Amino acid sequence: MRTRYVLLAVGVAVLVLLPAYGGNYLVRFGTFLCMYAALALGWNVIGGVTGYPSFATAAFFGAGAYAGALLQVAHTPMPLAWAGAVVFVAAASAVVGIMILRLRGHYFAVGSIALVEVARLVASSWSDLTGGGMGLNVPILPGGPEYAGMVFLYSMFAVAAAAFAAGLWIEHGKLGFALRCIQQNEDAADMVGVNTTACKIAAFVLSAVFAGATGAVYASWTAYLDPSDAFSILLTLKVPVMAMLGGAGTVLGPIVGVVVFQAMEELLWSNFLEMHHAILGLMIVGLIFFLPGGLLSLGAHRRRAPARATSREVPAE
Amino acid sequence: MSELQILVNGLVLGSLYACMAVGFSLVWGVLNVINMLHGSFIVLGAYISFFLYRHAGVHPFISVPIAAAALFALGYALQRGAINRVVARPVLTTLTLTFGLDMLAYNLMILAFSATPVRIILDLGRVEAAGVVVPVDRLAAMLLALLLTAVLYAVMRGSKIGRAIVAVRMDRDAATLMGIRVERIYATTFALGALMAGAAGAMLALIFPISPTMSGQYLGKVFIVCVLGGLGNVPGALAGGFVLGLVEAFAGVYLGPQNAMTMGYLLMLLLLLVRPTGLMGRKGYE
Amino acid sequence: MSKAPLLRVSGLEKSFGGVRAVRQVSFEVGRGEIVGLIGPNGAGKTTLVNLITGVVRPDGGRILFDGADVTTQRPFQAARRGLARTFQIVQPFPQMTVLENVAAGALFAGKATSRREAERVAAEQIAFVGLQPFADAPAVSLTLPNRKRLEFAKSLAMGPRLLMLDEVNAGLNSAELDNALDLIRRIAARGITIILIEHLMKVVLGLSTRIMVLHHGELIRAGAPRDVIADPRVVEAYLGQKFAKRYGRLADA
Repeated sequence: MRTRYVLLAVGVAVLVLLPAYGGNYLVRFGTFLCMYAALALGWNVIGGVTGYPSFATAAFFGAGAYAGALLQVAHTPMPLAWAGAVVFVAAASAVVGIMILRLRGHYFAVGSIALVEVARLVASSWSDLTGGGMGLNVPILPGGPEYAGMVFLYSMFAVAAAAFAAGLWIEHGKLGFALRCIQQNEDAADMVGVNTTACKIAAFVLSAVFAGATGAVYASWTAYLDPSDAFSILLTLKVPVMAMLGGAGTVLGPIVGVVVFQAMEELLWSNFLEMHHAILGLMIVGLIFFLPGGLLSLGAHRRRAPARATSREVPAE
Repeated sequence: MSELQILVNGLVLGSLYACMAVGFSLVWGVLNVINMLHGSFIVLGAYISFFLYRHAGVHPFISVPIAAAALFALGYALQRGAINRVVARPVLTTLTLTFGLDMLAYNLMILAFSATPVRIILDLGRVEAAGVVVPVDRLAAMLLALLLTAVLYAVMRGSKIGRAIVAVRMDRDAATLMGIRVERIYATTFALGALMAGAAGAMLALIFPISPTMSGQYLGKVFIVCVLGGLGNVPGALAGGFVLGLVEAFAGVYLGPQNAMTMGYLLMLLLLLVRPTGLMGRKGYE
Repeated sequence: MSKAPLLRVSGLEKSFGGVRAVRQVSFEVGRGEIVGLIGPNGAGKTTLVNLITGVVRPDGGRILFDGADVTTQRPFQAARRGLARTFQIVQPFPQMTVLENVAAGALFAGKATSRREAERVAAEQIAFVGLQPFADAPAVSLTLPNRKRLEFAKSLAMGPRLLMLDEVNAGLNSAELDNALDLIRRIAARGITIILIEHLMKVVLGLSTRIMVLHHGELIRAGAPRDVIADPRVVEAYLGQKFAKRYGRLADA
């Protein structure tokens, strides 16, 4: 266990020092790493620890991106715009969570995918506000590309670090214990005194907040948004896959998954641009068939068996 | 546009949606698997029909059984080779797998067919009655869709394999004890689901432009129909299909076409809140 | 300690799709009692427990627990108030250890304020039910009798004032049954009030201070064990003539 944290610390040091020695390409790669780490760690709270199969990541990523971008377009300073985006996503996800967390299993999964679709459709058709399919230009951060690269790397890093801290807190705290009970048997959790509704909403909002913050930073970083980029179906699938690749429900799993996934993407996929979706598909097939517990489950110092595939789920009626 | 015209348009759309969704509903109900590939199955069926028409001059209505048979074979093979390995696993696993397979299918279709939409133009004239105009191709597609759905209903109710599927859906363990080979039923069910998607796609090719990029849209409609109608029964899919068809037709006219699909999704989310099992959700596939 | 009954149920009513599963049920349970709840299958016993613990919401009537109206509570609130129950079909957290299972009860419904304290309470209860050797085993690996003990330990860790045991003894052999009876007696000796739902008359008569009989959702008789089993209505609805005689002797013994 300790080796893992040492490796993590080394990785963080490399990442933080990137602007000093790495070129633009590496800084960009590092920023993407942090972005996906934040997303995967966020997803892990609801999808891994709580066991709710959420594919709503892109809905909150996009909501945060648009909220931040629109605030910036309305001349709000960037950090304030990000804060506003986080508040907006927290509120929106709480409302949505109250509604869809009553669903379980397959229905929850379908509901969560529908959220992404609805969000994209709304962003596309509400063109007075969002620019619709024409996209939305976000003010560019002054100070030159290198300065901007550094600012966005550190901003994404901060979001990822916060998500990691939240993951640790959940793992060792009362909320995390409650969420694990829900993951194991929701009715039984209710019976032993877990306020399942409140805990699930807390998990959902936490998970959404990190997606929203990431989205807001992303919007400022790319300085341009359109509905299919902000509410990307690819993103909504990729993020859970990354978390599962490392090990869903574990603290470090999502980070491991993101690093391996992004490294593969950079090394392999950049050479086969037109095969992007296909390679992702093949990777998923390989992951599901040969690595059901994720990479961390291969390690000898496994803390606990990955809590998955325990029994066939009761068909939702 | 007259109200009656909108109503008729909605019913035409609705019967196609029902036919598109009924296979997905069957697979979800029996295998407990959300098949994200269903939209690509529909698109593939449409392309089969398109290429048969373009290169061999085969009439689209003749292509329907050909596309259906091809998709049946593909579905059977996919279930045996891939889906069956995870069929008892949690929804996160099964959904991610079919989602991934769909990405693969999407990519291959883009490479093979390109994203540019194509369509079969086949002017068969139009029927007019009481001020309502319906193109003959649409009318024929509607009738064919209803016929296919009815055939599936009859197969489920009347045939040995249909009863076996229903038995597996209601109680897998009891069905096993009764000597039903569940694995084979799963594969047949999945193949039947693909067959219905392929047939529906072949008919769609006649009415709408087709492109691999539309698979997501069709999948979305299928979701909505299934949630509206409840899982695993033909009348439910019909009801869900008609509701969605009518909602889209009316919303398209009164709220603008860009909002028609949104209304469908909102209706679905709303219904999930009120009745998490759909309008006609109940056990057993009939 | 107040003299008021711990649990007071009045005019409780619940229908499922037109079938009245519980009809106008009213009763009281005093502190420290062991009340046996008997009745044929489908009489509404489990529904009654579900109503009292907030799993299903009543269509009518009121439930007072320790003077507070708990008619519309949710299960987690019932658990926190000290209304614990076990299930006919045991409900563990399968991949968690026995210790974690029990600690969950102590942490979320009991008085424990930290996970550490919860594990301390849990260890005590695990020892009380005799599951120490399995404390670190995942719950899913336990045998049926041990899973039932786990249910006991989990319920006890919640610090209950009223414990409802829903057919905890079903499926046990006679040696296991004696152990279970002993356990229930020791729980009662701690001052925990118990409602015992049972088919095994040996258990009911051996433990109960009072018996209630539910038939077609109606409470047809409540009283001292030997009066109840002598009641012709109870004999007709549930026991049958032959058994009534045998149980009569048991009750006298």
